[in-house]
Amino acid sequence: MQPFTVLTAVALPLVRANIDTDAIIPSREMTSVSKKGLADGLFAGWRYRTVGGRDPNPDFVLNDPRYRGAAILLGGENFGCGSSREHAVWALAEYGFRAILAPSFNPIFRGNCVRNGIVPVELPQDAVAWIAVAVAEMPPAQLVTVDLEHQMVTAPDGGTHSFTIEPEAREMLLHGLDAIDLTLLRQAEIQGKRQMDKDCRPWVYL
Amino acid sequence: MRTIFEKIWAEHQVADLGGGTGLLLIDRVLLHERTGGVALESLAAAGRPVMAPSQVFATMDHVVDTLPGRGDRTIMPTGTAFITATRAAAHGAGITLFDLGDPRQGIVHVISPEQGIVLPGVTLVCPDSHTCSQGALGALAWGIGSTEAEHALATGTLRVRRPRTMRVTVNGRLGAGVTPKDLALHILARHGAGGAKGHVVEYAGEAVRALSVEGRLTLCNLATEFAAFTAIIAPDDVVFDYLQDRPYAPKGTIWDRAVAAWRQLYSDDGAVFDRGIDVDAGAVAPMVTWGTSPQHAVPLGDRVPDFQDVAGHDTRETYERALAYMALTPGTPLAGLPIDAAFIGSCTNSRMEDLRRAAAVLRGRKVAAGVRAICVPGSSQVKAQAEAEGLDRVFLASGFEWREAGCSMCFFAGGESFGHRQRVVTSTNRNFESRQGPQTRSHLASPETVAASAIAGRLADPRLLEA
Repeated sequence: MQPFTVLTAVALPLVRANIDTDAIIPSREMTSVSKKGLADGLFAGWRYRTVGGRDPNPDFVLNDPRYRGAAILLGGENFGCGSSREHAVWALAEYGFRAILAPSFNPIFRGNCVRNGIVPVELPQDAVAWIAVAVAEMPPAQLVTVDLEHQMVTAPDGGTHSFTIEPEAREMLLHGLDAIDLTLLRQAEIQGKRQMDKDCRPWVYL
Repeated sequence: MRTIFEKIWAEHQVADLGGGTGLLLIDRVLLHERTGGVALESLAAAGRPVMAPSQVFATMDHVVDTLPGRGDRTIMPTGTAFITATRAAAHGAGITLFDLGDPRQGIVHVISPEQGIVLPGVTLVCPDSHTCSQGALGALAWGIGSTEAEHALATGTLRVRRPRTMRVTVNGRLGAGVTPKDLALHILARHGAGGAKGHVVEYAGEAVRALSVEGRLTLCNLATEFAAFTAIIAPDDVVFDYLQDRPYAPKGTIWDRAVAAWRQLYSDDGAVFDRGIDVDAGAVAPMVTWGTSPQHAVPLGDRVPDFQDVAGHDTRETYERALAYMALTPGTPLAGLPIDAAFIGSCTNSRMEDLRRAAAVLRGRKVAAGVRAICVPGSSQVKAQAEAEGLDRVFLASGFEWREAGCSMCFFAGGESFGHRQRVVTSTNRNFESRQGPQTRSHLASPETVAASAIAGRLADPRLLEA
């Protein structure tokens, strides 16, 4: 996983409540048993004129050339709700998004972000809305900075917004750690706990 | 003074990782061919074995066809690859697979309780958002991504950010003809699709106690639509009676020990929740959705709301977008809205009680001309039981299709779907844009409301159906 420290980038506003993972990547775009090849399906239902087609819908913000190279997504309340499909996050990451700023995230989607190097930044609704307005003035110049180390977002106008993220997620993202490797270091502890637990709850162990 | 959640958390914690994150033992991992195969393959590619294969189960439910005579070939263009990859990976990993043709096959959240895989007090995860359903049996069961599934498979644990707690107390009793689905939609309409914001929700109160296991599964199923971490209900004799003698449930003296332990799984008097809401069960009516979020629900007798009625949980943009998508205008009565199709199925409402109630509505009646009506039992076992009771004949005689078990048209994966802009009344859980087909307009409701609407050819209250 690619470490994340500081990122200054074009931010793409999609500040709508309850954007679900079916919208982020429709099920029909998940055609192979793979974590790759998903970027083209990102927001397919809104991004293209027809189902399954690739003719861009010029009204959708992702197709607006002013947002080319966007690596930060500005979202609404309960972002990433719905299906647990990690394909939504794989598609966002493959497209180039490294951070999402939203008032709240659906819990499974948020966990998937952390496991794939995308920083889920929770900011108050007003702050996200304000940043979206500032960005829209001239997207390629009005850049946003996400500083994970200092847990700080800098808006295009220079205004700063601090955010909180649990230490575990912050460490994983900062250093690009693999959670499985980290946990396997505790294998003896896990086996010890399982052995004890087998005596207490034998019905769990089939 | 601890909540049930805190008791289960403490029992499973291997280590406190600091900052509110714990390393928890995971007792059960469930997989399906849509998101599980990729996890198993990725794990194998990394050379990591499954740590405890006997505690892992896989099924085929998401992309398999549900038409009679189905096999590995699917209507979904590349579905076969998901089936064969999952089968090979499951065999390679030595885990139990409920494959096509196995009488135990079915939707993962239907078969897990059926087989006694989920038990009170266990931690259970599955790369599927509706895993929260299984909290109905007093388990801490939650949906995860595929990478997290790999972690659980490889280590027997997960690193979990401890969620805050919320109690939803449902006082009084649900009225006649009002179902757990209606209760869940009522809560979503009142408190919004983001209402539970990552909390673990304990459903409590008289109306919840009065529910069967199947009713509880429906209520907990929609917790993910509420943005909850998961839902849980304290297990009681209703659950213990349900589980006794199920294939993977404990037997003999171990059963007695287990039940004694399970009886301790309740929130102590005076346990503190971070949040709490009360719901009056008597105020719940049969519900139907009008928009593109499960929070867009109103009583079936109501009209499409004005913006000011929903302004608490919607912006004008999302409200107008939903109305435009659904081709509805404010003030239109929901009852009487013509439909193109009716669907009974999904992990929300495809169990025996659902099918019995729907069949009771359909008996001696015919689906309206021009309405396509489909019933998909949640599991092969439900299908067999329904057929033993003659329900298949009721569905077929009324004009419903009677299918093999699976998730089917709860979602559109490129294969079968309801048509472009078709209006569908559905017992499923998501009315998102294009969820059930390209531009399909989904109205969520209970199975009996779906049945009554199929008969009427328009959205209809089953309590008001003419004889």
